[in-house]
Amino acid sequence: MREPGLEIDAISKRYGDVVALREMTFSVRPGELFGFVGSNGAGKTTTMRIALGVLSADSGAVRWAGEPVTHETRRHIGYMPEERGLYPKMKVAEQLTYLARLHGMSAVDARASAARWAERLGVAARRDDEVQKLSLGNQQRVQLAAALVHEPRILVLDEPFSGLDPVAVDVMSQVLSEKAAEGVPVVFSSHQLDLVERLCDRVGIVRSGQMVADGTVAELRAGGAVRLLVDAPEAPDGWADALPGVKVLGREGTVTEVELGEGADDQAVLRAALATGPVREFARKQPSLTELFRSVVTQEVAA
Amino acid sequence: MSTPVSTPDVRMGSLSAVGLVASREIGTRFRSKAYRVSTAVMLLLIVVATIVVKFFSGGGGADATVGVVPAASSLAAPLAASGKTLDQKIATSSVPDEVAGRAKVADGSLDALLTGAADGKLQVVVKKDINGKLKNVLNVLAGQVALDQQITGLGGDPAKVGAAIAGATVAVSPMEKPYEYDGQQLFLGIVTGILIYLSLMINGQSVAQGVVEEKTSRVVELLLSTIKPWQLMAGKVLGIGTVGLVQMLLIGVVGVVSARATGTLDLSVSAAVGTVVWLIVWYLLGFFMYAIVFAALGALVSRQEDVGGATMPALMLVIAGYLVGISVLPSDPSNSFAEVLSIIPVFAPTVMPIRLAMGGVPVWEAVLSIALVIALIPALIWLAARIYRNAVMRTGAKVKLRDALRAA
Repeated sequence: MREPGLEIDAISKRYGDVVALREMTFSVRPGELFGFVGSNGAGKTTTMRIALGVLSADSGAVRWAGEPVTHETRRHIGYMPEERGLYPKMKVAEQLTYLARLHGMSAVDARASAARWAERLGVAARRDDEVQKLSLGNQQRVQLAAALVHEPRILVLDEPFSGLDPVAVDVMSQVLSEKAAEGVPVVFSSHQLDLVERLCDRVGIVRSGQMVADGTVAELRAGGAVRLLVDAPEAPDGWADALPGVKVLGREGTVTEVELGEGADDQAVLRAALATGPVREFARKQPSLTELFRSVVTQEVAA
Repeated sequence: MSTPVSTPDVRMGSLSAVGLVASREIGTRFRSKAYRVSTAVMLLLIVVATIVVKFFSGGGGADATVGVVPAASSLAAPLAASGKTLDQKIATSSVPDEVAGRAKVADGSLDALLTGAADGKLQVVVKKDINGKLKNVLNVLAGQVALDQQITGLGGDPAKVGAAIAGATVAVSPMEKPYEYDGQQLFLGIVTGILIYLSLMINGQSVAQGVVEEKTSRVVELLLSTIKPWQLMAGKVLGIGTVGLVQMLLIGVVGVVSARATGTLDLSVSAAVGTVVWLIVWYLLGFFMYAIVFAALGALVSRQEDVGGATMPALMLVIAGYLVGISVLPSDPSNSFAEVLSIIPVFAPTVMPIRLAMGGVPVWEAVLSIALVIALIPALIWLAARIYRNAVMRTGAKVKLRDALRAA
C-alpha cells in the first residue's frame, strides 16, 4: 500500500497567454509539515486551488495515497482559502456545523466538532455571534476552525498566519504540529519565512509557476555556496583577495565575510587569517531561509 | 498517534448535498426579518384588496339614490326600470314632502329629488350638478313619460305598448359560444398576476443576491472545495423556491378565505381551489425557469450593487409579460396578442396565470404553455450551470456572458 501522502504531479495551468503553473511537482508525506513559499503571483494559490478542485488544471494530476483525488476524497481535505470567506450573517457555531456537514459529517458529530474547535481556537464565547460582528483576528480563528471542523486527513492552508496576532500564531503553529503528529500531511503557504523555517519539515520554493527548490532547510542550505565569517582585527584590507576560489563579500568592522567557490579550502582561509594576527572568530555562516529564498529567486531571474 | 487515523466515511449523495444547501437557505430565510415583513405585507395587501373590492363593487349598493315626493310616487318604478336599461342601479326612496327631500339632497343622503312631471318635463332637484349617468337615466324616464302621455292621448294603453316593446327582442344565435367573463374572475386574474409577478421579482432577485453574497464573502471557494457548483446552485434555487412556495400558499389560502368571508367572491370552493392550484403550478414553473437564469446572471458579478444590472435582461421579460397581462387582459380577456404571449415560455408565467384565473382558456393552450416551459427548463439548467460554474469563482470585474459561456 502506498503511503497516504499528497502528491502534486506536473500540474500546468495557463490563463490565455499567461502561464500560471509550469509542471508544478511536489509531494507531502503523512505527518509532514510542508512550507510553500514564493513571491506574490508565483503560483502558490493556483496550486492549492487546483488541489482542492476549485480550479481545474490544464494537465497533471493530484493524487492522495496514490489515487487521483476525486470529489469524494476532497472532502477529507481541510482548506483555508487565501480569500477568507464565511457567511457574514451566519452565527459562528451554525456556520462551522454547516461546513462540517457539507464535508459529510453527521449532524450530531458536526455539532460536537464545531463546539470542540470553537473551544480549542478560543472563539467559543462568540459561538452565537454573527461572523461579521467578530474582529478580523477572531474571524481568522473561525476560518481555521472551518478548515479543521470536519477532522480532515489532509490540510491545505493558504497563508494561514497572515493577519494573526502573536498568540494566535502560537495556537495555529501548535494545531498544525499536532495535526502533523496525527499523521496528516500539512501544506501551507506563507511569507513569514522565519516561521516556515521553524515549523516545517520541508520547504518548497516556487518561482514563476515552477518548483525551484524542494527539501529540508538543511538540504536547501547544502545546495548553496559556503560562507565564512572571519573576525581578524589586525588583518589589512584585501588580506583574503589572493586566496584561490575565495570571494570577499564585504567587511564590517573587523569581520570579513567570504564565500567559498568550487574547490576552495576553508582551512586555507583560516591560515591566511592567522597569518595577519589573532583570529577571534571563524565560523560558517548558516544562511536563513530568507537568504536562501532570496538567492534562489534572484538566481532564477538572472538565468 | 503517529499512524494515520482510520479515514472516516464521507460519502454524500448529490441529494444530501443539495438538501443541505437548500435547508440552510430555508432556515436562514425563515428567520430573516425581510422575509417575515414581506410576507406580512403581502398578506395584509391581499386582505385589504378583498375588502376594497367588496367596497367598490358595492355588493348590493346602488349607483344612485333618488328621493321621490308623494306626488311623483308613480314614477318610482319606471325610474328604477329605466335605470336597469342603462345598467344603473337606481334606488328610490319616498320622502314626505319637497322640503324634507331638499334637506336630504343638501346633506348628501340623496343624489337627486324627483318632484314631479309637468308638460313632459321631469322636475329634479340636485345639490349642485347631476351625475352624467343619472342624468341619462332621467332623460330616458322623461322620454318614457312623454311617450306614455302621447299614447294615452291617442287612446292607447301605455302598459300594453310597453309590454309589446319589451317583448320585441333580437334573437342572436352565436356560431361559437363566447366565454362569459365576470367581474370576480377579472379580479382573481389581476390578483393572481400581481402575486406571480411579485414573487418572481422577490424570490428571483433573492436567488441572484444569494449567489452574489457567496461571491462577495468569498465563502463560495470553501463551499466548492466540497460540493459541486451545480449542487450549490440547485440547493439555493430549491431552498428559496420552497420558501417562496410557502409564501404563495399562505397568501393563496388567506386570500381565498378572506374573500369568501367578506363575500367579495361567491365562487364555489372548487373554483377557488382551482385558482390557487393554478397559482402554485405557475409560480413553481415561473420560479424555476427564472431562478436558474437569475442564479447564472448573479454569478457574473461580485458586488450586490451590480446585481440589478446583471439581472436586468431577465427582469425585463418578467416585467414585460406582467405589464401586458395586467393592462390588456382585464379589459380584453380574449386579446389575441396576450393569448400568443401566454404560450411563449418566457412570458407564460406572468400572462397565463392571469388568463387561467379569468377562465375561458382552451385546454390545449393551457397544456401547451406548461409543456413548453417544462421543455425549456432542462436547457436553461444546462446553460445556467455552465455560466455559473465558469463565472462563480471569478471575482472582480463583471464576467462577460460570452466568456462565461465559452470558458471550459
